[in-house]
Amino acid sequence: MSKTSGSRIALGTIVAIFMAACGAGGPADDAQTSEAAAQSDAAAAPVVDPATAATITGRIALEGTPPAREPIDMSEEPTCAAKHPSGATTQDVIVGEGGGLQNVFVYIKEGLGDRAFPAPSEPVVLNQDGCLYHPHILGIQPGQTLTIRNSDGLLHNISVAPTENRGFNVSQPVNMETERSFDVPEVMIPVECDVHGWMHAYIGVVDHPYYAVTAADGSFTIPNLPPGDYVIEAWHEKYGVQTMNVTVGASETKQIQFTYDAGAVAATVPLGAPLIVRGHGSAAHAAHAATTLE
Amino acid sequence: MRRLGLGRAREGARWRGGRPGEGRALDGNGRERERERERLRLRERVAHALAHGNGRERERPRGWDRSHPRRREQAGARGPKTAATRTRSRTTVAMGRPLAPALALALALALAALLTPAPAAAQDADLGKVTYDRWCAGCHGAEGRGDGHAAAYMLPRPRNFTRALYQVRSTPSGALPTDADILRVIDEGMPGTAMPAWEERLSQEEREALVGYLKTFSRFFARASAPPEVIEPGDPPALTDEGVAEGREFYEKIECWKCHGQAGRGDGPSAPTQEDDEGQPIRPADLTENWHFNGGGSVEDIYMRLRTGLDGTPMPSFSDLIASGFMTEEQLWHVAQYVRSLSPEEPPRVRDVIRAARTEGALPTTPDDSAWAAVERYYIPLVGQIITAPRWFSPTVDGVWVQALHDDRALALRLVWHDPSRSPDPAWASWQERIAAVMEPKEGGPPMVDSVTGAAIPLPDAIAVQFPLTIPEGMERPYFLMGDAREPVYLWRWRSEPAGVEEALARGLGRIEPLPASDGALEGAAVFEDGEWRLVLHRPLATPDTANRLQFRTGRPIPLAFYAWDGSNGEAGTRAAIGSWYFLYLDEPTPKTVYATPAVAILLTAGLGMIFVVRAQRRESQRQDEGQSRMNSSSSHPKEA
Repeated sequence: MSKTSGSRIALGTIVAIFMAACGAGGPADDAQTSEAAAQSDAAAAPVVDPATAATITGRIALEGTPPAREPIDMSEEPTCAAKHPSGATTQDVIVGEGGGLQNVFVYIKEGLGDRAFPAPSEPVVLNQDGCLYHPHILGIQPGQTLTIRNSDGLLHNISVAPTENRGFNVSQPVNMETERSFDVPEVMIPVECDVHGWMHAYIGVVDHPYYAVTAADGSFTIPNLPPGDYVIEAWHEKYGVQTMNVTVGASETKQIQFTYDAGAVAATVPLGAPLIVRGHGSAAHAAHAATTLE
Repeated sequence: MRRLGLGRAREGARWRGGRPGEGRALDGNGRERERERERLRLRERVAHALAHGNGRERERPRGWDRSHPRRREQAGARGPKTAATRTRSRTTVAMGRPLAPALALALALALAALLTPAPAAAQDADLGKVTYDRWCAGCHGAEGRGDGHAAAYMLPRPRNFTRALYQVRSTPSGALPTDADILRVIDEGMPGTAMPAWEERLSQEEREALVGYLKTFSRFFARASAPPEVIEPGDPPALTDEGVAEGREFYEKIECWKCHGQAGRGDGPSAPTQEDDEGQPIRPADLTENWHFNGGGSVEDIYMRLRTGLDGTPMPSFSDLIASGFMTEEQLWHVAQYVRSLSPEEPPRVRDVIRAARTEGALPTTPDDSAWAAVERYYIPLVGQIITAPRWFSPTVDGVWVQALHDDRALALRLVWHDPSRSPDPAWASWQERIAAVMEPKEGGPPMVDSVTGAAIPLPDAIAVQFPLTIPEGMERPYFLMGDAREPVYLWRWRSEPAGVEEALARGLGRIEPLPASDGALEGAAVFEDGEWRLVLHRPLATPDTANRLQFRTGRPIPLAFYAWDGSNGEAGTRAAIGSWYFLYLDEPTPKTVYATPAVAILLTAGLGMIFVVRAQRRESQRQDEGQSRMNSSSSHPKEA
């Protein structure tokens, strides 16, 4: 699972040299910003012609009254409680202005064909700070390093329970970092801390850079796509998955929208197991038709 | 506040009818002969027990530290069904046979073996599959998903093999186990669970074939390109007080106590919320009972569990702490040595007869009286009550330590048992609610949670000591599960809330009638500390009420049995931890002849000795006199030459 630092440095060096040769800039600092990550990675991958690269952008909306964010009782961990002066709240449903739904994982599920996208050398960081995971939802490619950081200096254990990949459970009782990686694509992998039952994160492992996590206003952008027909999936931990067929032409920027119903909480949010994609309608139709899986 | 649901007559109604086989047909002579035989057997057993200190010694396992858990399991594995069925018929429960292995295996094996259809074509089918379908599928499911017929009755649930997550490994967290790792679990079982040891039940070929077959349930084994990397533990550092002390420091620093508790009894603040990877409630191990550790109780085993974690459970791997330089391998060894030091040197042996020594001093009536330190401790294993509905498959209390003392006037019993919650315990309410969700619904019984709100109903912790109403002559005793309509039992009961003790009569499980407190003289005092209850119960040997209360006597084997309830585990009524009959023996006062006999013997010996000495001296002097006279009479006697 974990790589030796030697091989990681070697791999990083190779990738860095390769990227320099291609004239690409350095990888983005913030792995959360998938837009930047996707650009740099796509640049590293020769399979996309920059002249015709397309973009899918859009927004995820939550219709209806969103559930209230529940306060988290962190009194058992004063160190963490102190990091949330106004109190910590649950992170499962966060709705921004205009009903935008944050923390939805959006990715290209089908349509990239045989194109291979090497794993970026930059690690993705999962930080434990204030007894919460930052980010709450993250994407990563197989083979890419996941750096798990403890910034709280108190006992966390990181219990990762995938279906397609190998799970693990490691202890971090002090400020420290642990590195792991995943072998195969899997959407999504739950992460938990057994010491603090309220701590949850989800990791989407996809074998390409075309994924995004919606921002506070529910927006996302997946740039640098080869023109073609795609199946796009949106995954939310409480409202489940929606899929949509999208066709983008050369250099096109396509605007799409997914809409979730605040009253329709998915009975089971699919984790890990490959999803069966049923009939795809038009972009507008699919947004409502392919709602949550039961 | 709910009272303990023990004495409710309407519940007991269903046991009122006679039990099959209850009135055994024996003619008068036959019955008398049988009684006489029982009397003799009993006398022999008790005499042996008192002479040797142990009624029944278990086979001393080779290198107990590593192997004793499997020995315990195997002891039960030989005849689990017999033991379980035997307990049904009154009076014929084998003497003091602990039910722990028998009942645990009755569950695991009876369900596995009986509920699974026998394989059709045993000869030509693959040995691994045949063996699996026959012995394993009942719990682990035909497809290895951990969903066999019996699975819903178990906690922890049987392993789901499709995820290839194995607790006991020699490989890092997240890595696949080696074949040897899987074989070890099959051989030794998982002592903290319903998984029995199979080393002596199945042949080497069968067990090895099983390893291969289990691996087919998960694609991870087929996908693996290389054998898993194995962690080599190396040799432990020498065991020193300083090392153990450093282990204790790291136990604090790496926050083992968060789950396992300050005293290691699985009562840490995070304990009530733990769940395994399948979302089932799971308890942190009680580190003071290393014979129940999954993966073995030796220092080496503990060290490996710290390195590898127990995948599929909340127990993480601590290897990264070494890799990150936070602590050294030696310091992690010290943690293992410290954890090992929390358990006794050897696992407790189960003995038939609890001896109540006679004290000349005052009878200690509080649990922490220093007088108890010198009194011998007896371990009584308890198991879930799975005989009478509603049954209970996941009890908290797995054993009680018993000490007994008397002073010719009163008897005091000190009972010590581990229970991580002081029930009703708000911190454990969520645990109780989860237990209710996964264990309760099948058999009914007193509710654990409010049917509307789903909130835990406060239930107390409780314990009961059961005696017959009169001291039996032979092995004839009331039905071990709180007697029956014909032959009731006499109970001492204690509960945590509202705190107090009472005497009661029971005519079957759940049919308990408290005796009037006004005639009673039972008293008790309890202390709860770090996941441990300590309780002293005491009563005069004789009471004015002789009809409903046992009159204790010295020098007679008195049957007794124990029950325990953990309210925060949803236990009440028939959802209890139970044991079978044992014996209590109150030492007799030392008779005066004990002092007289040696004196008489000494006097006799001295007297006889004197006689011999005097006679010998007399003969000697006579001989000398004769010789003298011969010498005088003849100076050339031939014999003198």
